[in-house]
Amino acid sequence: MPLYKEQGIVLRAIKLGESDKIVSILTQGSGKIRAVAKGIRRTNSKFGARLEPLTHVSLLLYQGRNLDTVTQAEIISPFRSIRADFELIAAAETMLEAADKVAEEHERNVRLFLLLLSGLRALDERPLDPEAVAESYLLKLLSLSGFHPSFSACAVCGTPGPHEWFSAGQGGIVCQADAEHDAGRVAEPAVRWLDGLARADLMAAGDMTPELQTRREARAMLFGFVEYHLERRIRSFALLAR
Amino acid sequence: MFEGPIQDLIDELSRLPGIGPKSAQRLAFYIVKAPAEDARRLSEALVAAKDKVRFCTECFAVSEGDRCRICRDPGRDPTVICVVEESKDQAAIEKAGVIKGRYHVLGGAISPLEGIGPDDLRVQELLDRVQRDGVQEVILATNPNLEGNATAMFVAALLRPSGVRVTRLASGLPVGGDLEYADEVTLGQALEGRREM
Repeated sequence: MPLYKEQGIVLRAIKLGESDKIVSILTQGSGKIRAVAKGIRRTNSKFGARLEPLTHVSLLLYQGRNLDTVTQAEIISPFRSIRADFELIAAAETMLEAADKVAEEHERNVRLFLLLLSGLRALDERPLDPEAVAESYLLKLLSLSGFHPSFSACAVCGTPGPHEWFSAGQGGIVCQADAEHDAGRVAEPAVRWLDGLARADLMAAGDMTPELQTRREARAMLFGFVEYHLERRIRSFALLAR
Repeated sequence: MFEGPIQDLIDELSRLPGIGPKSAQRLAFYIVKAPAEDARRLSEALVAAKDKVRFCTECFAVSEGDRCRICRDPGRDPTVICVVEESKDQAAIEKAGVIKGRYHVLGGAISPLEGIGPDDLRVQELLDRVQRDGVQEVILATNPNLEGNATAMFVAALLRPSGVRVTRLASGLPVGGDLEYADEVTLGQALEGRREM
């Protein structure tokens, strides 16, 4: 199938040569794909803003040996509200980057695609707390990848909590007896907050906002957990935490 | 593989961006065949560019001396600053000939994926200039893409307390383009920014 149709969300675009770009797209049916958009950097390009990161597009692609080529693109949703607000952009960038790290090329992953789509839709509704939506999304992404952190019982022995130690390597909160050297002390409100975010619907996650101290602790736990298990640094965290 | 100097030249040329081994070979043979005078001029231009080109201490554009041609020009309005990502953008805007003020080169745009955060840009220097020079208008001319827009929003938020007028380049339909091929984001912005006639 030299020509094929797909829909997807543009994750990132890097410059190629004089006026082209390579776009990474998380598609519904073909996993992550990398495709060349020819001439896209010219002001009179037929693509215009259609292949900007953070756009849900329907595509016609030409399959190449190495990279595919985008021949046509139509916007399904541009997520206009996100683009107009710095905080929303920071939250959305975090979502895109994390999805980019998890997705495999040409490996179909519909649930990941739908998770990213719902995350961006939730942000596009201008939630009260965009960071909470991004964090709730990260927790769901972890579950999807098989790394759901334990918040209610010790991750090692299963003794019901609350416990006051948390270890990324051990998989969540741990009881005093099981805590290894890399475990850190955590306060209960931060654990409860993350547990709430993990269960919350993405559309509702941004309605509540925690106290500053709880947010800081929860953020440190979650970001550490994500980076430990995805084995990648997520650069957008710096922007999200500003 | 060739021998000696010609292979060295090919190796050096192929390190340049966008030049592959085959193009490097073509360029190297062109230089070898060209008159000695041409080759000497090229080598001198290379050395001079590396030695003499600096960054203007005021606006951070590429410049021959401490301050660039535009910052030295008393005819340019110091109360208007046009903020761009790179020196290349300054050159493009300068070609349009509309801006009578001065420039400020940020040195990039906020892009977490490329590891460029707000602290890597010359934002503080811009704020200092605005305070010091009694600037009245800052025109944000970063690229009209996600990173450029995010950067513009970030800088605008920092400038707001100073009370200076902050404007953003308009986005819309390219001159000479067809309306039917415009995408909805561009068309939407063109409509939002429509003007009275």
